Amino acid sequence: MTRWILRRLVLSLITLWLLATIVFVIANVLPNDVGRTILGPFAPQATVDALNERLGTNDPLLEQYVRAMRNLVTLDFGNSFQSRQPVLPLILGAIGRSGLLAAFALLLTIPVAIAAGLYAARRRDRRADRAIVLLGVTMSSIPEFVVGTFLVVVVGVQLRWFPVTARAPEGADPVTILSHLFMPALAMALVYFGYIARMTRAGTVEVLESDYIRTATMKGLTTGQTMRRHVLRNALVPTVAVIGVQIGYLFGGIIGVERIFNYNGMGQVMLFAAQRKDIPVLQAGAIVVGIVYMLATLTSDLIIAWMNPRARLATGR
Amino acid sequence: MDTAAAIPPVGPPAVPQVDIRSERAQARRETRAVLFRRPGFIIGLVVLGIWAIFAIAGEAITPYDPFNDFGVGHTPPGAGHLLGTDRLGRDVLSRVMAGSRDVLIVAPLAALLGVGVGAFLGLIMGYYRGLVDEIISRIVEAFLSLPVILVALLTLVVLGSSNLVVILVVGILFTPIVARTVRSAVIAEAQLDYVTSARLRGESGLFIMAREIFPNVRGPIVVELTVRFGYAIFTVATLSFLGVGIQPPSPDWGLSISEEFNNMISGKWWPTLFPALAIASCVVAVNLIADALQSVASE
Repeated sequence: MTRWILRRLVLSLITLWLLATIVFVIANVLPNDVGRTILGPFAPQATVDALNERLGTNDPLLEQYVRAMRNLVTLDFGNSFQSRQPVLPLILGAIGRSGLLAAFALLLTIPVAIAAGLYAARRRDRRADRAIVLLGVTMSSIPEFVVGTFLVVVVGVQLRWFPVTARAPEGADPVTILSHLFMPALAMALVYFGYIARMTRAGTVEVLESDYIRTATMKGLTTGQTMRRHVLRNALVPTVAVIGVQIGYLFGGIIGVERIFNYNGMGQVMLFAAQRKDIPVLQAGAIVVGIVYMLATLTSDLIIAWMNPRARLATGR
Repeated sequence: MDTAAAIPPVGPPAVPQVDIRSERAQARRETRAVLFRRPGFIIGLVVLGIWAIFAIAGEAITPYDPFNDFGVGHTPPGAGHLLGTDRLGRDVLSRVMAGSRDVLIVAPLAALLGVGVGAFLGLIMGYYRGLVDEIISRIVEAFLSLPVILVALLTLVVLGSSNLVVILVVGILFTPIVARTVRSAVIAEAQLDYVTSARLRGESGLFIMAREIFPNVRGPIVVELTVRFGYAIFTVATLSFLGVGIQPPSPDWGLSISEEFNNMISGKWWPTLFPALAIASCVVAVNLIADALQSVASE
């Protein structure tokens, strides 16, 4: 087990290095005059050149690359082009707020999606199953910000059940904060429902067809006992895997949702940076979310290894 | 699916060619019959077809000029303007109809690019295995851990947005996941006897990949193409909403929502809701088609 974890960690670090390299290539190798981007089209060429010199964008690429990698190890993402402030604190604060929103969305969606997936698998190919699968396909194919606009128009503006901005007033109590976060979280929860429900259904269908479940049924266990003792642990393996993967995607979709609901999280910071061509912030954002994704998949792999010893041998490959 | 008829049949030369051809045509006819019995598939085709007609016809069939016909701003839906007008007084119905054009050019091309390059890489990885596979797999893995929307945002800021750049960025970001899917399909095929016999005949790797393996993994690739098409619409719409995708003055749906969503709260929901419904209907249609293809292929 220890060897497996070590191997998995080393692979993660290699992936992280490649990821940082890809981001470096996008930001530094693609044609882009950084000084011109910051100062705008009307700045004199001499000023632009001086700024490029100071930022080190004229240095040989290899030198820039080594510097970028060294900075990554020490978690130094440089300064924002706009505010001249270090990027990391800016991003860590925002990712905390986005994490809260994402956690709320997962909390809303995971129990319902797993229940729906289990139910669909037991009613396989009947009407309830078809309805759940169709609903899942439909919901998971619609972008989060589109679901967000539907929620704002119907639940927020017409019915007035929940606030239409995600940001609660300063010093609000936890219940108010959660009520403000409810609609953006729901917008994301609806999209991820489909993925998780379909994975649970697929995993359960496979397990239900296995010999050991037939044995359990034949020795006279009730359906409930079979589900609890024999099905769940194995059937939920793909579900745990997909949740791990979804946590990474969550931080992509969250940008649109935060814009619709005016929430000051990661998405807002990234969007602000994009509008002002603040490349260090965007770079750091992509890498930090990459790290979050890696930690999430690593955790879900560990959980899977604990749930199903056979996976330990398979994932190590 | 019809293009499949143009590809010559392959197989051991000992078997008479005519039989294979008619058998394959028979199998295709059956697949098509099964597909057209699925309501989801038909609904998807009809909805997508309507948007395609709007995209092609454009201003020729919109009731008003979607670009330059400025009337009274934010007129609610009613007799004159069925879906109301936007903040500049342009007819929302006309803009929603014409708004299908850019996304239905950009998204399919991005999907085609991603699936084309991805399938090529997948064939190479799955056929050669070994060190090549190990190296590309690591790069694919790294790409897969990149947050697609964030990296697209960064790249589009660096390169500047245009339809061409959006196609390239989204297509390249889709490549790794396609490569991984095709790779596993190819690995399963490459172990079969017909590949071994082709190798023993002394065929080149390129020939075996293109003429022996590719025709047999075409099914998963077609499914992947439709699935990626759906995701491409999803991604392009999101990028346009974030302001780095399709650029003004296009009546693109994501862009229209981006320009108008702030007015929802004051009750002017129509310039936002209708483009949003358009995006939803379009992605759901493509996914219904993809879902039908997928389940028919797996049966």
